[in-house]
Amino acid sequence: MARTRTPVVALASAAALVAVAGCGAADMTRQASPFANARGAKTVTLSVQSWVGAQANVAVAEYLLEHELGYRVDTVQIDEVPAWDALSQGRVDAILEDWGHPDQEARYVRDKKTIRSGGELGVTGHIGWFVPTYFAKQHPDVTDWRNLDTYADSFRTAESGGKGQLLDGSPSYVTNDKALVKNLGLDYQVVFSGSEAAQITQIKQFAKEKKPFLTYWYKPQWLFEQVPMTEVKLPAYKEGCDAEPEKVACAYPHTPLKKYLNARFAGAGGRAATFLKNFSWGTEDQNKVALMIADQKMSPQDAAKEWVDANEKKWRAWIPE
Amino acid sequence: MTATASATPAAPLGTAGPAASLARHRTTLLLTGAAVLLVLGSVLVGHGAWPASLTVDLDGPLGDVSDWIIDNRDTHPLFLYFFGHLSNAVVLSVRGVYLVLLAAGWAGVTAAAGLIAWRVAGLRLAVTAVVAFLVCAVLGMWVPTMQTLALMVIAVLASVGLGAVLGLAAGLSDRVFRVLRPVLDTMQVMPAFAYLLPVVLVFGIGVPAAVLATVVYAAPPMARLTALGLRDADAGVMEAAASLGATGRQRLFTARLPLARRELLLGLNQTIMMALSMAVIASVIGAGGLGDRVYQALASVDVGAALAAGIPIVLLAVVLDRVTAAAGHRLGAAPRPGSARLGWAVAAAGTVVAAVVARTVASTGWPDGWTADITRPVNTAVGWMTDHLYSGVPVVGGTADWAGRFTTWVLDPVRDALQWLPWWAVLLLIAVLALLIGTWRTMLTAVLAMAAIGVLDVWDPALDTLSQVLAGVAVTLVAGFAVGIAASRSSRVEALLRPVLDVFQTMPQFVYLIPVVALFGVGRAPAVAAAVIYALPAVVRITTQGMNGVDPVTMESSRSLGATGFQQLLKVQLPLARPALLLAVNQGVVLVLAVVVIGGLVGGGSLGYSAVFGLAQGDLATGLVAGAAIVLLGLMLDRVTQPTRRRSGKGA
Repeated sequence: MARTRTPVVALASAAALVAVAGCGAADMTRQASPFANARGAKTVTLSVQSWVGAQANVAVAEYLLEHELGYRVDTVQIDEVPAWDALSQGRVDAILEDWGHPDQEARYVRDKKTIRSGGELGVTGHIGWFVPTYFAKQHPDVTDWRNLDTYADSFRTAESGGKGQLLDGSPSYVTNDKALVKNLGLDYQVVFSGSEAAQITQIKQFAKEKKPFLTYWYKPQWLFEQVPMTEVKLPAYKEGCDAEPEKVACAYPHTPLKKYLNARFAGAGGRAATFLKNFSWGTEDQNKVALMIADQKMSPQDAAKEWVDANEKKWRAWIPE
Repeated sequence: MTATASATPAAPLGTAGPAASLARHRTTLLLTGAAVLLVLGSVLVGHGAWPASLTVDLDGPLGDVSDWIIDNRDTHPLFLYFFGHLSNAVVLSVRGVYLVLLAAGWAGVTAAAGLIAWRVAGLRLAVTAVVAFLVCAVLGMWVPTMQTLALMVIAVLASVGLGAVLGLAAGLSDRVFRVLRPVLDTMQVMPAFAYLLPVVLVFGIGVPAAVLATVVYAAPPMARLTALGLRDADAGVMEAAASLGATGRQRLFTARLPLARRELLLGLNQTIMMALSMAVIASVIGAGGLGDRVYQALASVDVGAALAAGIPIVLLAVVLDRVTAAAGHRLGAAPRPGSARLGWAVAAAGTVVAAVVARTVASTGWPDGWTADITRPVNTAVGWMTDHLYSGVPVVGGTADWAGRFTTWVLDPVRDALQWLPWWAVLLLIAVLALLIGTWRTMLTAVLAMAAIGVLDVWDPALDTLSQVLAGVAVTLVAGFAVGIAASRSSRVEALLRPVLDVFQTMPQFVYLIPVVALFGVGRAPAVAAAVIYALPAVVRITTQGMNGVDPVTMESSRSLGATGFQQLLKVQLPLARPALLLAVNQGVVLVLAVVVIGGLVGGGSLGYSAVFGLAQGDLATGLVAGAAIVLLGLMLDRVTQPTRRRSGKGA
């Protein structure tokens, strides 16, 4: 009996498989999160990047979407490049702060048309090399890259192996530092701290002891309020000088940060989509909220509430009719 | 490794002559052979790292694959008709469970947890379960806890299903068993991190990828233990069943499976625990829930918030572990079908009543005012620690000074020595070590794995990772053996340690990272420190068990012969506990590697960093090569330290 039944079972399961697989094509651009739209609530899923400035954008957007527009907001932490992929598949509805990814923009916005630009965030970002201001005051010439080698000894650590240490951050961030060190012929070693959290902790420790350090950092960033830092001048940025990653030998550009929306959401997302397109604030506002989150350790919701309570005029303009 | 001659499985007594004498002089022969090869090699092959001519560059092809997948994902039939449905099925089922959990509300879910625990494990665990769920809610983590739970339910169901099918096949067919066994053994020692990249490649970031990675990670123990349970069935009972005229199917369902239920439940327990730990790590690829909260908190160095999300994970782990373990013990008792059915009916009714009552009185969500914020006090404590211990402590120096010294005096020399060694000498060293502890077969796997790392062109970073693992294992073993021996000698120490070990073994690896950064700064030292903390409990536990497992009669007789406590430890207990100690080494190595790799997030560099980089930049070529190298390194380390007989299961 067992013997006669085995093929029957096999046949049945094969048929079931075909039935499931053959019932139609799955839509790979509609891969919403299983936690979205639970129990009739209208949900918006936002991508939060790992840095606190991005958390500030999302916190304020989340607060307003929930309290003024009646949406439920889910947030997912995704790194920059994978976030584009998730946005294209509809797993998230919007990225609020993008630092410029020309490859992805070409692929998803221009070719596949699964992502639409959501306008500018209103904040301009800039990446650079920084030394603490207390060190730059004592040694003013350190702020020119040509003099960095004379200070290599001061920046040496256990991890940099006899060279000066250039502290880099999360692997997900845009960086040309290895190429820069090589192409400018500097006596430095790039040490990746692996995450922004680790990098911030390290910078704070250095600052507490007033030690010199050289770090990859970016503006706007709340840490400047706590640890004042001065930028080291690299060879000036010219359009296209960073086209080939291996050969970069110039500074980082100033990038107007942009928002991107999933194309389907941009069209059918209703008031939430319009609101996110309107969302635009300044560097100072972002820093204020970021500082409350990261430094005063307020929860993002509380920080957002505080900003929203104090700046009604600014956000009223974003709320669609 | 000194007492090797006695450890190698002695040749059968009958085969006297050359074979036996070969076995007796094995260590000497091995070392002589190695020395000869060393001299020959340095003359013939020369010096240096892995030769470039023997490498394969996979960046191009892997990059193409990744591009192809992204470009064709929305249109290719493979995705539209297979992966797409798989992904949708996962999303639908997770969503279904999530909606049920939300609809039951906090009262319903807590009542259900308590009543289920009461039915399968008794009143005490029921109280534990209820308290655990309430604490999750009080910490303000109710919704993330439910998201993690929903994901877990689906992942565990799938893992158990898959594991049971594979285990059944392997348990009933010798051929399947021979093929599956090494695969499952290997999967169990792979660091969780290495599983993430391939699923992301196919499914993209999100819940489906997270669930599938979890299933792949958590199914092996179920499969292994099912197969082992079925194969260990008492031959006498099987014979009796056959002689009573039972068909194959009847024998399976009435004799074999019931006889194996202990292993089945142990498998379930391990699968649940592994699924939970993976569900947390999978937050890196968009799993959401509690793991995501930990991940987000770490981004702003918020140890307090990370802990607020970490505690529910630990509580979930403790409740799930205890309840399934207790269910395993209870199975020994005779079942009482009538009362059991009544009990379950009461449980179901109780859940419904609790859910409905809570719903009519208030809403299903946890009331906002009932949450407690632990973030601030925890952060104050962490701040105080960093302020006072980091640097400039008189006499002993601060933690940062220790980390610096550890890096300069331990990590750097080990790494430099490894990278200075010619590549063939490294392979030779691995071969000799593997032969001393294991067998020809383990030696071959270990050497091939290491050679494959060279072929993948990640020789230097892999040796860097290896140096961190070695340093971490050394510290873990010294500390673990010391504590383990102390615990085995004093029951009070053991009683004190037990709850600590329980908690530490279930903490998500992520949570360890930030306090170690606060204490030791950024770099390889904190990565190693986190790995040591993570691996220590398992080593302590296995050591204690091994020492306690020594026959009391032997101990007694050694005492009557006048041995002092120290002599007893050195001459009797340690040699007799040798298998357990070797197992502790093996587990230590595997666990240290798992966390050293995650240490790429705090400056550990090398392979772990490349894996994180691959995930973060969507550069799957780099990530996959690093992931493969991590797997190979784990395989190598496991085989080198693998005692001839393995115990089932990860950890203790």
